[in-house]
Amino acid sequence: MTALAVHPVPGAEDGPPDDADEARAVGRKRSTPYLLLLPAGVWLIIFFAVPLVFLLSQSLQTGSLTTGYALTWNFAIYPEAIAQYSEQLIRSLVYAASATVLALLIAYPLAYTIAFRAGRWRNLLLVLVIAPFLTSFLIRTLAWQNILATDGPVTGALQALGVTDLLRGIGLIDGNKLLGTPLAVVTGLTYNFLPFMTLPLYASLERIDPRLHEAAGDLYSTPWTGFRKVTLPLSMPGVVAGTLLTFIPAAGDYINSQLLGSPSTTMIGQVVSGQFLRVLDYPTAAALSVVLMLTILALVTVYVRRSGTEELL
Amino acid sequence: MATSALQGAPMPTTDDRTTSDGDLRLVGITKRFGRFTAVDDLDLTVPQGSFFALLGPSGCGKTTTLRMVAGLEQPTQGQVLLGDRDVTGTKPYQRPVNTVFQSYALFPHLDVFENVAFGLRRRRKKEVKADVDAVLELVQLEHLAKSKPGLLSGGQQQRVALARAIVNRPSVLLLDEPLGALDLKLRRQMQVELKRIQTEVGLTFVHVTHDQEEAMTMADTIAVMNGGRIEQMGSPTELYERPCTTFAANFLGQSNLIQATVTGTAGDDLLIDVHGQRVTLPRQRSTVTDGRLWLGVRPEKLRVAGPDDAGNRLTGIVTDASFIGVATYYLVRMPWGQELTVVQQNDGTPPLPPGEPLTVTWLPDHGFGLDATQDEHAGAEAIDPDAPAPAGAAR
Ligand SMILES: Nc1ncnc2c1ncn2[C@@H]1O[C@H](COP(=O)(O)OP(=O)(O)OP(=O)(O)O)[C@@H](O)[C@H]1O
Ligand SMILES: [Mg+2]
Repeated sequence: MTALAVHPVPGAEDGPPDDADEARAVGRKRSTPYLLLLPAGVWLIIFFAVPLVFLLSQSLQTGSLTTGYALTWNFAIYPEAIAQYSEQLIRSLVYAASATVLALLIAYPLAYTIAFRAGRWRNLLLVLVIAPFLTSFLIRTLAWQNILATDGPVTGALQALGVTDLLRGIGLIDGNKLLGTPLAVVTGLTYNFLPFMTLPLYASLERIDPRLHEAAGDLYSTPWTGFRKVTLPLSMPGVVAGTLLTFIPAAGDYINSQLLGSPSTTMIGQVVSGQFLRVLDYPTAAALSVVLMLTILALVTVYVRRSGTEELL
Repeated sequence: MATSALQGAPMPTTDDRTTSDGDLRLVGITKRFGRFTAVDDLDLTVPQGSFFALLGPSGCGKTTTLRMVAGLEQPTQGQVLLGDRDVTGTKPYQRPVNTVFQSYALFPHLDVFENVAFGLRRRRKKEVKADVDAVLELVQLEHLAKSKPGLLSGGQQQRVALARAIVNRPSVLLLDEPLGALDLKLRRQMQVELKRIQTEVGLTFVHVTHDQEEAMTMADTIAVMNGGRIEQMGSPTELYERPCTTFAANFLGQSNLIQATVTGTAGDDLLIDVHGQRVTLPRQRSTVTDGRLWLGVRPEKLRVAGPDDAGNRLTGIVTDASFIGVATYYLVRMPWGQELTVVQQNDGTPPLPPGEPLTVTWLPDHGFGLDATQDEHAGAEAIDPDAPAPAGAAR
């Protein structure tokens, strides 16, 4: 995940030093990059590599909490877990992808406005984007229970717009109820991860020299063409970063579905948390975590590769 | 090759251009930012195919004027006309005008070829490749067509910016101090190149600069701008030999401005009293014909007088003499306290040491008369410190 490039150490290919002092100096020079890497390396080992190994080993153990677990290299758990929970896994990816697309559609105009149109309101708007972080994730999601409640403001608005039938037809809502539907869960995910989309987008848009817009206009681009040919390609790094920062945590999320969904919207994160905390089936929970991780890794790799070339469009 | 390919292409841009009269005209144009007037009721005509320079100190409204021509800024008042067509109020992409920006503003995500092709592609031109290749050859960048602009040197980026604009063969090409970021040597080189390109492709160039030498060497017509207005407009020689305001006299080269009074006329000449001494000035070389005036003479037009020199004469004391080989620069204190600058060509006579009396002389045809109410120092301190002194100007 984290690329740690080790550059060739200067002086490494020099001949043998002629005295001890110089030898020490060269030795110090050689070890400097590694010393600088040390804190990050230790951090990664303690907080990433060790838990990962632990997780992998746990997924291959058998036993129970009372009798204790033993490593039996039980690879069969993987096909079993996938077969049993593929529905939730796929659902999680679909929900996360929908939330990512929605967040992108909302965040792009927002970030664009803040970066190019906000003038002196820019900093205030940025603070407002991250202001929701001042309260807890849980509280914010609970608040959405009220917002999406039956006969609440949103259902009322949908009814007034006359789109209830349409949404019911495509299975997004259930009767007159929003809570407990896929729409509610995706809405919650979109809302909760919006800042993760907005901030990288803002950062990449803000770096674009506004004179490039003028140059595009001067070279016969309408504002819309100028946007497509100049602004959008230049903001692609922000789009990629924002979608990753939204999609990855959203795919593993278990709060939104729990608070805004129903049993029919169960996401994989919920299954994992249930297996760990209630069923106490640690191997299945660990195996599901590994599967989720590898799936996301594969999707992200494909995505980054694709967008890497599309950037040149 | 490149040139003929470009010249062979039909003159494009506006379809509704009916006459060959493609002059750019600004009529009574004014731009205010809040209560600040950046461009003040400016009238300007740039003949088609000419190289026009807008010269003026920082903040005088050059960029604002250019941006109004490009459509990037809308004038508060007045009109912009291209030929017969009033383009005031149209959007930049609707105008057959292209800009070479001061900062180049190249698209960092596109390579040199695509940067240059940008305008052609937006107008769905055919034969993009041939046109772009021809222009890249013209600016000698064929070998860098596939490079990203970020990897190019300043001079190369400047040429890409130029190519990106001229490939569209606009009616008017606007250049906003395109050479400002370059070092002196490269700047001189690019000036020659720009001038060559302009003659070869025959476009109208409006070139903004605050380097007076750049303006003088390149332009057919120079407009000296100050405080949002045009002080004077004319060919480089006209401007230099016959400035009409103290600002123009000081900004373009250097001038000795002497307080004087018209006492009468003799034929076509004005009789002028300079602190008790009598000199003459042709009537048509003065903007004032009676009362007080500034009598101006360029330092290189003043000469150390021989015993039998005709012309106007004034006598003072040498306070400083610097010999620089090709000439000697004198400061000569006049009886009324003013120091005149004299550039004496090295004709073999040894320089006079400070303290010696010196009589300077000049031909009446070399003087000029300016309105006495103007500030004698206007424009003198605004000279770009990096720009070398133009030939003949004393430092
Ligand atoms: N968008 C704007 N808002 C307010 N004032 C502006 C704006 N653009 C320009 N000005 C002011 O108008 C004046 C003229 O600016 P302009 O950029 O045309 O000067 P310039 O002659 O190009 O100077 P320079 O040689 O430094 O580039 C300046 O005093 C500037 O502060
Ligand atoms: Mg400017």
